[in-house]
Amino acid sequence: MAFNVASASPSLPAGAARAGRPSVLRLGLSRVAIELKVYFRNVEMMFFTFLLPILFLFIFASVFSGDINAGPGVKVNFTNYFLPGIIASGVMSATFASLAISIAIEQHEGMLKRLAGTPLPKASYFIGKLGLAVVVTLAQTAIMLVAAILLYGVELPAGPHRWAVFLSVLVLSAATGAVLGIAYTRLVPNAKSAPAIIQPPFLILQFISGVFFRYGEIPGWLQAIASIFPLKWMSLGFRYAFLPDSFGEFEYGADWGWERPILVLTAWLVAGFVLALLFFRWDRQRE
Amino acid sequence: MPTAISVQSLRKSYGSFEALRGVDLEIDRGEVFSLLGPNGAGKTTFVEVLEGYRARTAGDARVLDADPGSAGSAWKARIGIVPQSTTLFDELTVREIVTHFAGFYPAPLNPARAISMVGLDEKADARCGKLSGGQKRRVDLALGMIGDPELLFLDEPTTGLDPEGRRQLWGIVREFAALGKTVLLTTHYLDEAEALSDRVGIIDRGALVALGPPATVGGRDRERSIIRFGLRGPLATTTLPEISGELTHEGQRVVISTVHPAATLRVLLAWADECGEPELPALTVSRPSLEDVYLTLIAHDGTPGEGA
Repeated sequence: MAFNVASASPSLPAGAARAGRPSVLRLGLSRVAIELKVYFRNVEMMFFTFLLPILFLFIFASVFSGDINAGPGVKVNFTNYFLPGIIASGVMSATFASLAISIAIEQHEGMLKRLAGTPLPKASYFIGKLGLAVVVTLAQTAIMLVAAILLYGVELPAGPHRWAVFLSVLVLSAATGAVLGIAYTRLVPNAKSAPAIIQPPFLILQFISGVFFRYGEIPGWLQAIASIFPLKWMSLGFRYAFLPDSFGEFEYGADWGWERPILVLTAWLVAGFVLALLFFRWDRQRE
Repeated sequence: MPTAISVQSLRKSYGSFEALRGVDLEIDRGEVFSLLGPNGAGKTTFVEVLEGYRARTAGDARVLDADPGSAGSAWKARIGIVPQSTTLFDELTVREIVTHFAGFYPAPLNPARAISMVGLDEKADARCGKLSGGQKRRVDLALGMIGDPELLFLDEPTTGLDPEGRRQLWGIVREFAALGKTVLLTTHYLDEAEALSDRVGIIDRGALVALGPPATVGGRDRERSIIRFGLRGPLATTTLPEISGELTHEGQRVVISTVHPAATLRVLLAWADECGEPELPALTVSRPSLEDVYLTLIAHDGTPGEGA
């Protein structure tokens, strides 16, 4: 097949002509830039998946006051206790919910089909979506951390080990949320119902995964259900990073077990990647 | 002339429904080809197989010397697609989306020039979500042409455009075709097919039922012409001459249906001269329109379409 497209036929003046084919990575980065523009200009999307988790932080800090004790002389304030769960919930919003909604709409309204008809490599499209998820997650988490430190005196993870766990869980959570969001689009029957199909299960998970309530106070059978899904493990990983060691006694088996969130999230990431490959479709307009 | 599109015995089934029942078609490079047909006839299925969106069930298809079912991104860089749907990214401006798409291609048009070509200079910095239907259609066209393709697919390009917008779009397509490029167009507008295309194909119930230049497709040139004129003064009182064809009267008007319109007119004009009338009053001569031919061909009378 001929690659010399430029010289294959008499052309209209090609002012911006460049030699060679654009690389997958460069196109991926150009997709990231355009995805970010679309995301931050879409007021509804921005509000529900970017600002709302940040608002939750302020609401929690205002509604709940006082301290939680864990052992003699060890206590943290409520905001400090709930911050890890709210960060986890924010990551899910910025990755899972925002990608599932935006991709479902793009599938059903033909934008993806339009892209599929161009030479844009499929990998570049996914680089764009993952890049969007990562940038939004980092921006959102950074805003929450700065607000929590400046306004509520929350303490940052203590020591390099807890920092390492925090960053590992953050990266794993963002990646897992993104691939699961891509896979979840298969359950969305049309563009209009996308938010309605995506938000309720996510909301329920937040209630039972220790985001809005102390995980230890949730009935055992709900804990068991929550343990199947990744949000509980994201919250646990972040709690380990942000809370004093003695809070581990509130966790399952009265022990942090910080390795478990990393293992479970890695397993979910692999599973989510396979599901995304199986379930993703470029065009669902006629279904 | 080398072929741009070559299709043999193309079939496409969805379950037990046969959307395409064996289509054969060759389109030359540099040709503007229009595909006509009623809704559900298989137009879009046919075009989407050639665009690489759908896998064919049987038969052979070559588009720019490649199999559209397996061609990669180097091939996609040589075609341009203007789809039926007009959904754009509402949050992006015209300039942003056109520039973004230009980046996908090895040798794109200048984005500002592409925007100018489709007449959107004044809307270049408006968000796509704020554009009218017709303006969105122009963005679709700019996106289809931005890669400077050798072959352009236009799926009902002027649906939703006002008459002026249609004429402008026709001008753009003609300009594009004048560069030796190939255009495959589907349309519901017969005047559009007639104005733009070198050849038209009429597709009905999954089969090509007629194929040829717009002036002759479906035996249009062999059909009878209709001569009409009024009778007044001496014409009304003199016997009409002998002519070949069927003659009927519609009140004070004469209607002649003939396969030899020029010869018939010569006889009639000589007769009018003899009567002392230099003109045949309210004279019209009409050939069957493409629409007449089209409606005859797709008239469903219970028998399957020919040419399958």
